[in-house]
Amino acid sequence: MKKVIVVGNGMVGYKFCEKFVAKEGSETYKITVFGEEPRPAYDRVHLSEFFESQDAKALEMAPRSWYEENNIDLVTDVRITDIHRSKKTVTSANEKEYEYDYLVLATGSSAFVPPIKGVEKEGVFVYRTIEDLEGMLAYAVKVKAENPNARAAVLGGGLLGLEAGKAAMDMGLEPHIVEFAPKLMPRQLDSRSSQVLQLKLESIGLNIHLSKATNQILGDDGFITGMEFGEDDKLDVEMLIISAGIRPRDELGKTCDLEMGVRGGIVVNNKMQTSDSNIFAIGEVALYNQMIYGLVAPGYDMAEIAASQIMGNEEALMPAEIDMSTKLKLIGVDVASFGEPFMPASKGHSVIFENKTQHLYKRINVSLDGKSLLGGILVGDASDYNMLHQVFLNGMAIPEDPAQLILPATEGGAFGSALDLPDEAQICSCENVSKGQICGAIKDGSCEDLAGVVAATKASTSCGGCKPMVTDLVTETLKSLGKTVKNVICEHFEYSRQELYGIVKAKKLTSFNEVLDACGTGQGCETCKPVVSSIFASLYNDTPNKEDVTQDTNDKFLANIQRNGTYSVVPRIAGGEITPENLIVLGRIGKKYNLYTKITGGARIDFFGAELNDLPAIWKELIDAGFESGHAYGKSLRTVKSCVGSTWCRYGLAESISFAIELENRYKGLRSPHKIKGGVSGCIRECAEARGKDFGIIAVEGGWNLYVGGNGGATPRHAQLLAEKIDNETVIKYLDRYLVYYIQTAAPLMRTAAWLDKLEGGIEQLKKVVIEDSLNIVEDLEKEMQFLVDAYECEWKQAIENEDAKKRFNHFVNSEDRDDNLVFVPLRDQKMPKLWEKDVKGATL
Amino acid sequence: MEELLSKYKTVKTDDVKVWFKAASVEAFPIDGGACVKYKDLQIAVFNFSRLNMWYACQNLSPEKQEMVLSRGMLGDQKGTPKIACPLHKKTFSLETGENLNGDLDPIAIYPVKIENNFVYIGFSE
Ligand SMILES: Cc1cc2nc3c(=O)[nH]c(=O)nc-3n(C[C@H](O)[C@H](O)[C@H](O)COP(=O)(O)OP(=O)(O)OC[C@H]3O[C@@H](n4cnc5c(N)ncnc54)[C@H](O)[C@@H]3O)c2cc1C
Ligand code: SF4
Ligand code: SF4
Ligand code: FES
Repeated sequence: MKKVIVVGNGMVGYKFCEKFVAKEGSETYKITVFGEEPRPAYDRVHLSEFFESQDAKALEMAPRSWYEENNIDLVTDVRITDIHRSKKTVTSANEKEYEYDYLVLATGSSAFVPPIKGVEKEGVFVYRTIEDLEGMLAYAVKVKAENPNARAAVLGGGLLGLEAGKAAMDMGLEPHIVEFAPKLMPRQLDSRSSQVLQLKLESIGLNIHLSKATNQILGDDGFITGMEFGEDDKLDVEMLIISAGIRPRDELGKTCDLEMGVRGGIVVNNKMQTSDSNIFAIGEVALYNQMIYGLVAPGYDMAEIAASQIMGNEEALMPAEIDMSTKLKLIGVDVASFGEPFMPASKGHSVIFENKTQHLYKRINVSLDGKSLLGGILVGDASDYNMLHQVFLNGMAIPEDPAQLILPATEGGAFGSALDLPDEAQICSCENVSKGQICGAIKDGSCEDLAGVVAATKASTSCGGCKPMVTDLVTETLKSLGKTVKNVICEHFEYSRQELYGIVKAKKLTSFNEVLDACGTGQGCETCKPVVSSIFASLYNDTPNKEDVTQDTNDKFLANIQRNGTYSVVPRIAGGEITPENLIVLGRIGKKYNLYTKITGGARIDFFGAELNDLPAIWKELIDAGFESGHAYGKSLRTVKSCVGSTWCRYGLAESISFAIELENRYKGLRSPHKIKGGVSGCIRECAEARGKDFGIIAVEGGWNLYVGGNGGATPRHAQLLAEKIDNETVIKYLDRYLVYYIQTAAPLMRTAAWLDKLEGGIEQLKKVVIEDSLNIVEDLEKEMQFLVDAYECEWKQAIENEDAKKRFNHFVNSEDRDDNLVFVPLRDQKMPKLWEKDVKGATL
Repeated sequence: MEELLSKYKTVKTDDVKVWFKAASVEAFPIDGGACVKYKDLQIAVFNFSRLNMWYACQNLSPEKQEMVLSRGMLGDQKGTPKIACPLHKKTFSLETGENLNGDLDPIAIYPVKIENNFVYIGFSE
């Protein structure tokens, strides 16, 4: 049996194993893998997700058991220190010696730490491993405890640096990016796109400092307190993340005299062989074409080549040109560059579209004859990246006027269908899956749907950037075969939400079992039950009291479940307006039931930590004092946030607060596919942030401007203008129509922004439907809304007035006892639930 | 926390030593669940009336160690009756306790019988 030793169990080292064992004949080889990190290989590309999940397991490329099942010996927490080429052995840090026939070096790289005075201080981190992140999290908690306004800087404004900046922001620190070059992402962007990106990043709260050379890291007692750039040029920071590039971990190659690059890296040929033909190098340690490729996709290709070569397939060779196109996966900011991003005028022409007000920049570079695409840059909107990238990779023909490729969408779009791509087009570069493989899996009948294709080809399982295109290809192929592609709700209903809505309405079905018997199969599940409940609510304004067992838990108990199984209580405070008397009532109730109390982002008061048994009593007191449910738990209208407008504000043009209260009361209790938020501002200063809401209304000279389809959350979107300078009645008329149209046609859990994106024709189409009545439905839409408004009842009032409905709030059926598993700990002057176990170690933010 | 989990062990009908009389049938919502206290255990009991079946399992979510499963939603996956945890919608087979959409440890399952309109849960001690 031949012995293969792999040094380094990172992304590429793992991929090598995966590719190797998948090959025929691999049983005659024994693979041993050494990894210096304490855990099996994990997905470094998605390292930043660790901040949110703090779940290292979720990032694993494969569990330990996978290595066992494939007869691979995985030795973690052990570093290989020497290679003895003459003996064909390696030795480990614990002084053991292992023989090899083939040696694969996949030692990756480490973060480059520039030799600046003071870098060794506490609070200076690099961004490479899970341990780095754990260290940062713990340190951030510490500095924030000392100074709630603590700052963190990132040294380096490249792709990774910006990702680190976002991470610093998510840790609750004021983020600063410090870059030596005069522009951001210097390797991918030109100056103009860098400026646009800078504006965009600043608008989400990142502070950017360009052309700054750091002289020294300042500090007290060994802890960092700031950075010095020039004599009077300093930045106070409590934490620093260095992201100034990578250095290959090539020390093993050096000590055994393999051929090395001048600036590091182990030299390999197109077979991935080093200067010793039994030793291969792959991934970020390999110097190929005098380049270190700091991306996974080329690393995976190298893994494939090395595995094939070792198995004796001489024909597998690394291509000479390697695609370095990148899409930044920062949340909320689209940035991408592909091919030749900046190009001398002698080689071609550039077409540039720039709109700074929208933080938009698009540039494409076209060959001198205007026939092919050479590269480009997209900032602010990279939705066309996949298609442009494919056009570039496959040398496809481009329109006569190349501007069509980047101008805001025209009818039908400039691209046509993804099916026009040639079969060899590489759709997933991480897993090297071609269009032919994806479509073929459907055509030959081996897969029936997206999930099947993903499982069979692995497409989109790595960086995920190709997911939209894979989805399109699967859908289009199914369509071309005459198979209908359905966006079905779940295994129990062969319908989309919109179709089911139509059926329930037409057949006047009123209980879940009726619906299931009429048009479903099986017993239902946690996906379809809430969908049906939401349809009932939207059609009949049924409150969750009617059929509580089919409601999502929050709707079932009319309260938001919190992480320890207690609930929160949020009474409605329309428009955020509250009398001092009512504030006192709330204070008294909060105190009586010992509830953690906080003001929400929607400008109302949220009580946390209420035990299930106490909910009816708390709500009885609230309702007796005149409050009603705030529906904070429902997929329904939350709040209409408002500024004080002309009532108080010296700039106000209209009474925003009165209007907000009117709207909140009109739409309260309205059930919808997802939550709905509104905002009303008294002038364009927009203090109510109305454009970040599903509907936003802003006073201007001559009336209100009505915006729709905005949201905050994970993918923030500005609402788009639906109508200008309209009066109160018209606002309500249009809102009624828009909201009911959304409720009828959106998919489950789809916010208005996503719905508007999917709506063919977008905002222009919506204007046609809502304003011009192109579908001849506005009368019905208005009627339906009026019915819902009239049918409104406070569901908490219903619940406490009905003994049967109240029963569900007992923790036990056979005892008055409470849940004895609940443990609270003190927090400032209030309380909080005890941390979940894994959080204790990682220190929560 | 580990000790809390270790208190819950699946009981087979053959091993039942105590049939604990929990509550009347009406105390349990139709096609829903409720929690029963037995000594220091919390047991989620489900009245799956669409299937004309009763099921019982630990009330403890094995993922987050909170007492919440009885507040979850019933359903089936390809015919296997299941319960979805209200915290993160992890689903468990009510027949075997197996986690159907992840690799959490199985939950403990207890036998249920109905006699004279009362719900009984079987324990081995
Ligand atoms: C935060 C972050 C975001 C990223 N985002 C992207 C992205 O969006 N797209 C993209 O394409 N790339 C991205 N990358 C880069 C990508 O992660 C790397 O290209 C990839 O991980 C390289 O894989 P590798 O196996 O060569 O190296 P590594 O993943 O670094 O693995 C090498 C392993 O070898 C171990 N090792 C080293 N020396 C020894 C020794 N002597 N003995 C034993 N073990 C040893 C190391 O401890 C390490 O575990 C990102 C990187 C980071 C840090
Ligand atoms: S949006 Fe205009 S009216 Fe409202 S508070 Fe701000 S400045 Fe005043
Ligand atoms: S409240 Fe919202 S943003 Fe905050 S942790 Fe929960 S889900 Fe995340
Ligand atoms: S391109 Fe990265 S997963 Fe497909």
